[in-house]
Amino acid sequence: MGFAFNDEKRKQFDWLVTRYPTKQAALLPALRLVEAQAGGVSQEAMDYVAGELDLPPAFVYGVFTFYSHYRREGEGKHIVMVCQTLPCALKGACQIVDAFKEHLKLGVGETDAEKLFTLKKVECLGSCTTAPVAQINDDYFENLTPEKVRDIVLALKNNQMPPHISNGPSLEGGCKQWMPIVEAYPEGK
Amino acid sequence: MLVKDYKPILMDGAYKKGEWTLENYLKKGGYEMAKKVLAMPRDPATNNVPAMIDEVKKSNLRGRGGAGAPASMKWGFFDFKSKKQRYLTVNCDESEPGTCKDRVIVTYNPHLLIEGMLIAMHTMGIENAYIYIRGEYVVEFEHLVAAVAEAYKAGYLGKNVLGSGFNFQVTPHRGAGAYICGEETGLLSSLEGDRGYPKIKPPFPVVEGAWRCPTLVHNTQTLSLLPSIVRQGGETWAKLGPQKSPGPMVYCLSGHVKNRGLYEAPMLITMKELVYELGGGIQDDLALKAVIPGGSSMPVMKYNGSYVGTDGKEKTDSLDMQMDFDTLLANNSLLGSAAVIVMHERTCMVSACYNLVRFYHHESCGQCTPCREGTGWLEKLISRIYHGKGKPEDVDTLMSVAGQMSGTTICLLSDSCAMPVGAFVTKFREEFKYFCENGKSMVKDAIPL
Ligand SMILES: Cc1cc2nc3c(=O)[nH]c(=O)nc-3n(C[C@H](O)[C@H](O)[C@H](O)COP(=O)(O)O)c2cc1C
Ligand code: SF4
Ligand code: FES
Repeated sequence: MGFAFNDEKRKQFDWLVTRYPTKQAALLPALRLVEAQAGGVSQEAMDYVAGELDLPPAFVYGVFTFYSHYRREGEGKHIVMVCQTLPCALKGACQIVDAFKEHLKLGVGETDAEKLFTLKKVECLGSCTTAPVAQINDDYFENLTPEKVRDIVLALKNNQMPPHISNGPSLEGGCKQWMPIVEAYPEGK
Repeated sequence: MLVKDYKPILMDGAYKKGEWTLENYLKKGGYEMAKKVLAMPRDPATNNVPAMIDEVKKSNLRGRGGAGAPASMKWGFFDFKSKKQRYLTVNCDESEPGTCKDRVIVTYNPHLLIEGMLIAMHTMGIENAYIYIRGEYVVEFEHLVAAVAEAYKAGYLGKNVLGSGFNFQVTPHRGAGAYICGEETGLLSSLEGDRGYPKIKPPFPVVEGAWRCPTLVHNTQTLSLLPSIVRQGGETWAKLGPQKSPGPMVYCLSGHVKNRGLYEAPMLITMKELVYELGGGIQDDLALKAVIPGGSSMPVMKYNGSYVGTDGKEKTDSLDMQMDFDTLLANNSLLGSAAVIVMHERTCMVSACYNLVRFYHHESCGQCTPCREGTGWLEKLISRIYHGKGKPEDVDTLMSVAGQMSGTTICLLSDSCAMPVGAFVTKFREEFKYFCENGKSMVKDAIPL
């Protein structure tokens, strides 16, 4: 199955390309657009982006795999990233990982058969003063306890908004990527 | 105490919902300082604003990204003779373990950063800027995008800004999870659409940076301080805090203190005040054992006794140490990003060191052998000790491997791993020895790490 940007992503992509002196520089943002549209970055999508940016596909795969935060194809709908670095570890990150393992019935690095969850251990999420921390998709969950983990997982399993989201005031309607600037400043170079 | 009287600039409005908007920023006198700088004449020969460069010099502003380099020094080396484009890049990658201040500026005070960028751009004759924000920060990115969009709409960004005849364009750029993209040349590689591989310096980015053009790279906090320098004037601004480390600093207090959080203060504050007054003391009223004063890359301070330094002399670390760039340097550590990580008596230093070494091994980009292999060997060695299979000679091997990782690589990640390992092993040698000899931690009831 091929990949192509939808109209809204195309608009952002075309604008992004005008923001840099080279086409290549739009690669990381373009992969973010793919991810937002398709829920993961597939090889077809990388080939498509390579074509759009006049880059060799192998180069695009190489760049993509260098970075750990893109959604890979085949990962769960909810990617659970538990921070394990020292400031979180000092505040009990081990217990948080164990709680996620228990409630998700998954090991670290695993995805369930229904492709609902992927559990990952990650390095410092930049929220150390509110450790222990986990990120699930776009949201941060801070000052976690095993009880909070249980409630979060339960809500997600029931397709409900999870409790304890703590990444400050999110703007209405979720992340629109670069769209607000595209609309405010549509002209190119 | 001085810190209580201090009125925050960077953390102003922090954690207040809706505070980030242009409307609120304008109410506080926002963008007036950018207007003032835009009215200053540019020197046609160099296309920069000498009067403003002078103010920054007088302010003694030092970069908040980790190295504490004087901003005026970086600006002084900028290649104004080059006929190429010039770029400004804001470092908002914020991945040094312990550090979490830039995200608060970007979420609650994004226009302060944009105004700071405008000041820097006009001063240095730069028309294009990028804000490199780490990929994990989605809500932060949303706020940044919303604020940049507002600034474009209101004419603070875009073509012919405020009738100045100059165009100022700012593009937020999202990373995708790699600590090394916080290193300035790694960041530029990533901005160019490549793997985040650092590049050999020199040439420094101010001479040959993004797309091989002169590029100014600054931390988010550094640039956000520029409006206050214009408002107060460099000379007055320089009077806050120690002479060589002036201006506010945001300390990120994490780990085993009762009141963790971000504390903006002049750099006159001491370790004791941070941990016991602002931090409210140690969690569960346990004894303090150790503090990493400036992000995980910086040498740890020991507070549960003395140790024998690498020079063979007996030493103790002082809690009365003032938390500024030079005092920490004089105490064989570094202020770095001012991320203060506190550890109580139930923390096993071997486990803490293992945790950090795993981090650096994971984040090494792999270009240089001493870093790629060194971080790997260190991890294997400490892992062996941690799993009870250590040999008595492993402690010296750790020091010897760490000793060969400094100064031989493209970027400082290798040193950033070697430095803390060296300090952990030197200052807590008895714990490492005990673990090797007994196959278990010397610490009673050690918390799992
Ligand atoms: C391994 C490594 C990681 C770094 N990570 C960051 C970072 O996350 N944020 C940052 O501002 N600076 C970071 N730095 C420092 C930058 O290279 C650069 O010195 C800094 O952004 C310059 O800004 P300043 O002059 O405002 O301090 C890092 C340096 C190294 C060696
Ligand atoms: S020192 Fe390490 S992180 Fe830096 S360029 Fe070399 S291998 Fe990469
Ligand atoms: S160590 Fe977990 S957020 Fe920094």
